[in-house]
Amino acid sequence: MNGADATAINTVEEKRSLKDIIAFILSELKPRGKMLTPFNVISGLTIVLGAFLILYRLAKGLGAVTNLSQDFPWGIWIGFDVMVGVAFAGGAYVLTFVAYVLRTDKYHSIIRATVLNGLLAYVFYAGAIFLDLGRWWNITNPLFGNKFGANSVLFLIAWHFLLYMLAEFVEFSPTIAEWLGLRKVRKFLGSLTIGAVVVGIALSTLHQAGLGALFMMAKGKIHPLWYTEFIPVLFFVSSIFAGLSMVIFEGSISHKVFSDKIDHKDHAAYNGILIGLSRGCAVAMFVYFFAQTLIFIHGWHWSLLNTPMGYWYLTEMIGLVAIPCFLFFRGARYGNIPLIRIAAILTMIGIIINRLNISIIAFKWWIPLSERYIPSWMEIVITLAIIFTEIWVFRWIVTRMPVFEGSPAWAEEKH
Amino acid sequence: MGIDRRTFLKGLGVGVAGIAPACLLSPGSGHAKALPANETTEFMGVLVDTTRCIGCRSCEMACADSHGLEVPDIGDTSVLEKIRPTSEKQWTLVNRFQTEKGEVFVKKQCMHCNQPGCVSACLVKAMEKRKNGAVTWDGNCMGCRFCMVSCPFDIPKFEYDSAVPKIQKCSLCWERLQKGEKPACVEACPNEALTFGTRRSLIEEANKRIYGESGKYVPHIYGEHEVGGTGYLYLSAVPFEQIGFRTDLGTTPYPEFSKGFLYSVPIVLLLWPAFLLGVNTLTSRKDDVRTKQGGAK
Repeated sequence: MNGADATAINTVEEKRSLKDIIAFILSELKPRGKMLTPFNVISGLTIVLGAFLILYRLAKGLGAVTNLSQDFPWGIWIGFDVMVGVAFAGGAYVLTFVAYVLRTDKYHSIIRATVLNGLLAYVFYAGAIFLDLGRWWNITNPLFGNKFGANSVLFLIAWHFLLYMLAEFVEFSPTIAEWLGLRKVRKFLGSLTIGAVVVGIALSTLHQAGLGALFMMAKGKIHPLWYTEFIPVLFFVSSIFAGLSMVIFEGSISHKVFSDKIDHKDHAAYNGILIGLSRGCAVAMFVYFFAQTLIFIHGWHWSLLNTPMGYWYLTEMIGLVAIPCFLFFRGARYGNIPLIRIAAILTMIGIIINRLNISIIAFKWWIPLSERYIPSWMEIVITLAIIFTEIWVFRWIVTRMPVFEGSPAWAEEKH
Repeated sequence: MGIDRRTFLKGLGVGVAGIAPACLLSPGSGHAKALPANETTEFMGVLVDTTRCIGCRSCEMACADSHGLEVPDIGDTSVLEKIRPTSEKQWTLVNRFQTEKGEVFVKKQCMHCNQPGCVSACLVKAMEKRKNGAVTWDGNCMGCRFCMVSCPFDIPKFEYDSAVPKIQKCSLCWERLQKGEKPACVEACPNEALTFGTRRSLIEEANKRIYGESGKYVPHIYGEHEVGGTGYLYLSAVPFEQIGFRTDLGTTPYPEFSKGFLYSVPIVLLLWPAFLLGVNTLTSRKDDVRTKQGGAK
């Protein structure tokens, strides 16, 4: 949204008829900016191809597009899209905790983008479950009906995903009201925020851990260096720095791509935010690394270290946890922003590797490579199509709604 | 579902939070109600004596026949060269193992655990532990395949090549049991390698065989305690790891592994919001302003 638009909204009448709103939304739906950029072309083609593959998957079954097998029932749609996507969305609950519960003003300027990112991540990546369900037409069975498997960890996750999406939508909704110029609605929705935040944090705690609890009954199928009864706790703690690293990463890109929407004042304050996030990551990662070390020592798995899986485990723990943790500490100590960004990227790779290890790579590690699950190109294209669609929707929203530039004057938040 | 109710009530006893609702739901009684007679049915099971199996694979044929699956050609013995897993097209099969005591044939199918991982994994109760012990599947299923991840024996199989896929696995011929018949495989076995009965009687019978012919069997009934006990029980003359059994599964029922997490759910859902709202109130600056302005009105 450019300056002229923003003023236009600021000065709109308090009462807007439904007709006006619909006309406004329709005018906003039109695409803006340059169409034929390299990113648009590549992502657009991927999305089209992905859409066809999704139809093909629905018509022919999972075997037609995926390399899943009886030995490997879960592939990258679960191990990457859901497990990693949800971990990366963790930034929303961490930052809403800091900004709304602890009332730290510093992070207010990035809270909307973070919540939007979290919301879209759940819609698209948790939504990827739909594609992975063999009998997708039964997707509402855990919600309606009379056969609830309430003892199932997945039952809890299904409900939590749904409720958390609602909570995040409520957290984000004032932005939509501001976009539409609905003052009274904005005021009402704003009053719901703290409730949604508190519920959202409780839900996040449980389903971030719950994703790990899914693997509790895979005891004996996951390599002992990765299987521990503490996987749920580890998933929760790692979602803190996974989410914050994603906030750093996404913010760094957004600040380049959408620089016209961000005040210069914010640009300067932004380094302070990055340093704060970096410190948060470092502490959470230190706790995580410490817990992992304790679990390793108690597990008495020394002899396993000197095996190929042991080297892989050390790569993850040292290279993608301990080292980025150290880099975060240094980056925060010396205000070294490039170093913080490198640490964030390393951390994100570490999270991807960790979730894939538990769900795919260290899963039935005794099976030889030739019979192992390796994703098909179609699974990868569909995953990329989902990521690109999410980015498109994110871009559409931030170029129209007051996500980066703060609320219009009439809706300034009071504390 | 006797066992589920029992474990459920046990669970209630553990959680302090659980006791209150239990009392509220059954005022006056204060104790769990005794199970009605028709729910005290014992779990049924099958005892497989691998020393008696001759590898004729009649059970494979009978199983396919009675469940409308592709009937295997049991004259073709070349399939025995490899150890086969059960599949979405074959609920049970016989594998041949070379052991210290020569060739041993071992039938494989769902073990029908007393407390099945797959059942506690299922979020729509498509997997069910029936009163008579059979673990069955129905069309309520979403196809999430969590049961496959959670089965210690890797038994549930998924029809990847179908647009309307099912989970396929041995059902202990649940429909036949309802009619008072034996499972098809047991009926087809020509050498009495398979015995059908209540789990209790089968364990008695197995012990009788072990102690009756000293030295013939290894003194262990596979399935008596494994993963909390299974409906299928095995006797063997050679150590079980030589005939394809996992002996590292332990005796804890698989649902127990996710219980710790599940117990934490109500605690987190109750305490976290209360704590967070408390912190939020404590950090409120409204009162500071009021004090500055000269106290509350």
